Amino acid sequence: MSNIKKLTSKRLFLPVFCMLLVMMVNILFDLFSGNFPFSFFTISVRNGVLFGRLIDVLNRGSEIAILAIGMTLVVSSSAGTDISVGSVMSLSAAFCCMLLAGYGVSSANELAVPLIVGVLAGILMGCFCGAINGALVAYLNVQPMVATLILYSAARAVGLLLCNNLIVYVRDDSFKFFGGFCGFIPTPIVIAAICIVVVSLVLKKTALGLYVQSVGINKKASRIAGLNSARIIFLCYVVSGLCAGIAGIVAASRISSADSNNIGLSYELDAILSVALGGNSLGGGKFSLAGSVIGAYTIQAITTTLFAIGVSTDQAPVYKAIIVIIIVAIQATPLKDYFRQRSAKKATLKGGAVR
Amino acid sequence: MKKKLALIAVAAAALCATSMPVFAGDDLITIGFAQVGHESDWRTASTQSAQAVFSAENGYDLQFVDCDNDSAAQLEAVRGFIEQDVDYIIIDPIVATGWDTVLTECEDAGIPVIVIDRTIDDSDKYVSWVGSNFLTEGIACGEWLKAYAEAKGIEEINALVIEGTNGSSAQIGRTDGFNQVAEENGWNILDSQDGDFTQNGGQEVMESYCKSYEGQFNVVICQNDNEAFGAMDAMKAAGVSYGPNGDVVLVSFDGNRPAMESLLAGDLTAVFECNPLAAPDVEKVIQQLEAGETPEKEIYMVEGWFANEDVVSSITIDGEEQPVTQMTQEVLDARAY
Repeated sequence: MSNIKKLTSKRLFLPVFCMLLVMMVNILFDLFSGNFPFSFFTISVRNGVLFGRLIDVLNRGSEIAILAIGMTLVVSSSAGTDISVGSVMSLSAAFCCMLLAGYGVSSANELAVPLIVGVLAGILMGCFCGAINGALVAYLNVQPMVATLILYSAARAVGLLLCNNLIVYVRDDSFKFFGGFCGFIPTPIVIAAICIVVVSLVLKKTALGLYVQSVGINKKASRIAGLNSARIIFLCYVVSGLCAGIAGIVAASRISSADSNNIGLSYELDAILSVALGGNSLGGGKFSLAGSVIGAYTIQAITTTLFAIGVSTDQAPVYKAIIVIIIVAIQATPLKDYFRQRSAKKATLKGGAVR
Repeated sequence: MKKKLALIAVAAAALCATSMPVFAGDDLITIGFAQVGHESDWRTASTQSAQAVFSAENGYDLQFVDCDNDSAAQLEAVRGFIEQDVDYIIIDPIVATGWDTVLTECEDAGIPVIVIDRTIDDSDKYVSWVGSNFLTEGIACGEWLKAYAEAKGIEEINALVIEGTNGSSAQIGRTDGFNQVAEENGWNILDSQDGDFTQNGGQEVMESYCKSYEGQFNVVICQNDNEAFGAMDAMKAAGVSYGPNGDVVLVSFDGNRPAMESLLAGDLTAVFECNPLAAPDVEKVIQQLEAGETPEKEIYMVEGWFANEDVVSSITIDGEEQPVTQMTQEVLDARAY
């Protein structure tokens, strides 16, 4: 009993529980349709690469997970959201592909510049966008939603301009790497893992994590305590832009093209949702990076599950909404308090009977 | 001083007024074209076709407005054309409804409106609509598959469909047309999901299909080229072979240049074109109007069906025999887009 209590009182218990709950749906579905009940969880090696629904969740969820890292920091430090990440993804992808293919070329079979130049430039473009957002929020005190709204609408259009209004294809196998396979593991999984590990190490091993939280809890007090609050907020937005840049490269590499109209479309909403599903308050302050990442994969697990069950796609958003409502409700503080009180009451009743 | 300024203003206005008829005085037919935007190669081909046909050499003055997928901007553009008093207005409507008021304004101004590609549902105050018959495209795909399966000795057809954006006219027509033939022949459509007309969407749906229907399917129908590219990547990763030499028959709609190239390379088995070159047909309508004739209300463009192999040479749609072209380098080079 005490062990269970210890487990349930852990901060990450509920996000993990929700993710498992979503995946459980598959077991039930497979059971009722007479399939092997754990087919969702089976991972095999096919054609020399990992194959399975769980791999799909990890693979397809990479972009959202990467975005969620930056979004968590932004939410924590500035109590606002960066709604430009989806558009910035698209811009980074467009910039990268434009450099790799050459301006005005719609389909390139050979790289115009070395791969690393294009990719780094794309990622730097993301950082640059993040810096614009950060400067507006941290130094000019513009509301985060308003500040990032500018790039939300502009970045995608700039991307289209860079690509001369075309979908730019880079048909070179080396560029396919970032959305393809690294050995037998899909590369996006590896990239997401690296991002998560690096950021969490930096947050844990340096005082940065603490700084971000303290700025989020009270910006003024942190400044008086000697922290450069504005710079920390600025930095968080740059990291968010960096993450958007990396996610943009992955998304472009998957389809070996820069489809400016569609890359990262409404991903900002999924990124914000994953922060919320991870049990983080959108009011800033304390945060759990792991929670956000779990939230991101939960969102992808919902999508993959709906695909697996074969829910017709026009109804899928409705189911997604229902699941999200349930998850958010499970984690809501009043509901948690209610269950805590109820179990406490039960405990006292039991205690009384024994006595 | 004020008086002088006023005088100058009047003089300028008078100059403008006198110079206007000079512009309209030459024999060019002015045409206003409110295009959807520039979101795909297909759209670009459509724009270029209009610019080529309605050129000054051909006796036209084309006022082109790219509405960037903004329906309010498109209404503005059409009102702008009325103000300019153009001779004809071409609209590729971004949305299907909300057109009655502005089309009435066109009618009152005596400017004939020609609608291309997408449709207008809540008004019939236009002269003609020129576009693709998506239902025919779907039926053509079905009829070709039937003939192809017979020729190749494929006995059972287990098809997976990656649909386009739900509710779009292309998705509805292509789905209905193909399902019609599938029903007649008792084919098994295992699943049909939305890939949103994007490469990423097609890839994601196909990844899921490869797991749900492992080894059960032999036909994949993608409702546009981009979805087909995504499906190829997903099948490659799952170790499924496709195309004329593979286990899975892979079919795409639209037929942009990259898709035609993959058809030639043997990745796709067949492509059913959606012709973006509406301008020549629109020109015919305008010439009919100039001659005082009444053009037809609905005009369907001629579209081509293409295959990698020379197995099926023609198919019959609604009792009409239509050729299936084998894709070769010459055919590819001769294409306008």
